Amino acid sequence: MRKLKTLLAALLIAPTLAFAAGASLHLDQAPDVSGDKAALQNGAKLFVNYCLTCHGASQLRYNKLLDLGLTEQQIKDNLMFAANKLGEQMTVALRPADAKKWFGVAPPDLSLVARARASADGSGADWLYTYLRSFYRDDKRPTGWNNVIFANVGMPHILYELQGEQVLGPDHKLTLAVPGKLSPAEYDAQVRDLVGFLVWMGEPTAGLRKQLGIAVLLFLSILLVLSYALKKEYWKDIH
Amino acid sequence: MANTNFEKYKSDGSLGGNLLEWVDARFPVTALWKGHLSEYYAPKNFNFWYFFGSLALLVLVIQIVTGIFLVMHYKPDASLNAAGIPVAFASVEYIMRDVPWGWLVRYMHSTGASAFFIVVYLHMFRGMLYGSYRKPRELIWVFGVLIFLMLMAEAFFGYLLPWGQMSFWGAQVIVNLFSAIPLIGEPLSIWVRGDFVIGDATLNRFFSFHVIAIPLVLVGLVVAHLMALHEVGSNNPDGVEIKNKKDEKGIPLDGIPFHPYYTVKDIVGVVVFLMVFSVVVFFTPEGGGYFLEYNNFFPADPLKTPPHIAPVWYFTPYYSVLRAMVWNFFGVDAKFWGVVGMGASVLVFAFLPWLDRSPVKSIRYRGPIYKSFLTAFVICFFVLGYLGTQPPSYWGEKVSQVCTVIYFAFFLLMPWYSKIDKYKPEPERVTWK
Repeated sequence: MRKLKTLLAALLIAPTLAFAAGASLHLDQAPDVSGDKAALQNGAKLFVNYCLTCHGASQLRYNKLLDLGLTEQQIKDNLMFAANKLGEQMTVALRPADAKKWFGVAPPDLSLVARARASADGSGADWLYTYLRSFYRDDKRPTGWNNVIFANVGMPHILYELQGEQVLGPDHKLTLAVPGKLSPAEYDAQVRDLVGFLVWMGEPTAGLRKQLGIAVLLFLSILLVLSYALKKEYWKDIH
Repeated sequence: MANTNFEKYKSDGSLGGNLLEWVDARFPVTALWKGHLSEYYAPKNFNFWYFFGSLALLVLVIQIVTGIFLVMHYKPDASLNAAGIPVAFASVEYIMRDVPWGWLVRYMHSTGASAFFIVVYLHMFRGMLYGSYRKPRELIWVFGVLIFLMLMAEAFFGYLLPWGQMSFWGAQVIVNLFSAIPLIGEPLSIWVRGDFVIGDATLNRFFSFHVIAIPLVLVGLVVAHLMALHEVGSNNPDGVEIKNKKDEKGIPLDGIPFHPYYTVKDIVGVVVFLMVFSVVVFFTPEGGGYFLEYNNFFPADPLKTPPHIAPVWYFTPYYSVLRAMVWNFFGVDAKFWGVVGMGASVLVFAFLPWLDRSPVKSIRYRGPIYKSFLTAFVICFFVLGYLGTQPPSYWGEKVSQVCTVIYFAFFLLMPWYSKIDKYKPEPERVTWK
């Protein structure tokens, strides 16, 4: 019997041994700004100015930005360059077919990028936060740019004016060769806000969802007490 | 009209009394109520494991009701919209963002799919613990296995509908399995897809199966499952027949009316279930990438194969059995034997009533051999499930082969080991408190 138990235990442990190997990315942890409206508004500004030229967010309507504490006038004046009505979706004028011809790959729609990029290595936010800080100069690429966690990426480093130019050393470490407009800490903060906005955009109702969840669980807790009391009352007759 | 004591409804001139009599003379509403609820006598010693039958029914209702509302807004269309996103994929996000409370309905449906399998797996395990499949309940069990099969089909068809990367490539992998069948395989897989690749035709037929064909069969089978159950009566954790000991009125001594006793008890189970369900729906709807796979937030792209295609967690044990078959027996492709193994690993459950030769039903009175085999089976089921989520590897393959052998040994050696195993005598009456 003991032998059998050892055998069963061994069986249970076996699969963990089988997967000791396996490539995984090292991702930096993205700071959480989900409750910080100023950061999210800044992220929205960065997104519209730097990303929306090529990448659409076709699942998001401009008026959803009201949830970030912006007014209709602010959205119209500062964030709406490609649309006329607040109810319109954040699409790009760039046609997917043209983009494919010019860049080799159509820039993906970013509505859900923060959810899609999650993996066992880290959250989608972590991936994006690392990705946007991992571009480096590479003369072998047509755009002159490459990325540590997305090898041979089609996109050039759009934020290079802010960050400056990084180079990849022989030790696989990135160093800043040409400084940009921002210090590394300032650049990280901007990326943090942009990633925060991308996360918000992936599921704008996430905040409401969690709030409602607490209310639902409170209600169910009360219902549990009542239903248990009801059960006890009926079952006291059963011997 | 709140009076549910139907004995009082006589022809006394009141509308209420007459109405019920009027209906009863034409449709057996009172007889059905009594036969299935107020005078259906269930053993009084049901434990924790007996919650999952009623919970499965609850999840079925959740899936049907949320599904009805999803169909109102979902579009089974694989063509691309102006932004270059497949219409089907975009319509799911439209539900998530623009349809009032659409996100809640969709998360309930996606979480419900996983909840259904959790509840049904526990319900099946209950049957195995207490020998609920044994004579005279063979048909309840067989109907149950058919329900499980239909549930797998329903989940498979439904998983294509969001038209994400995993939807597309998962369906591609599974439909391609048909092509492993010798001679007819290739044309068969094209016939199933309606195209040479998974496409709009596939999406539309899977939608039709998911919302009409399979649910109809599923509901019919659930009715048959319950009719068979109420014909023979429920088993219980002691595995003894309560109908063997009746009082002078013919009511089992250890039986209590299902209503109100088990209805009020099941309400407690329902509330606890809803609390767990709500934690997932409201706080972690992706279920760590197991309930909603991360890769499925990328729209389907027929030109971009994901590096690792994993089925949803509830299929992974069978997927591991499929991958464990790596030998080309009789000159036929190993993939074909994988399909055979996968199919057999599900269908073999149906034969349990005839494989089990133990003189007792319940695990409480069984001997060490059966308990060891059952433990090994459960461990292997989990190990196979885990391996199915992982990319293929050398040791993964070896471990899954060992587990596949143990999985089938549990069933196929049962006629032998259940007979020679020691056992304790069953009690005359159910044990209670």
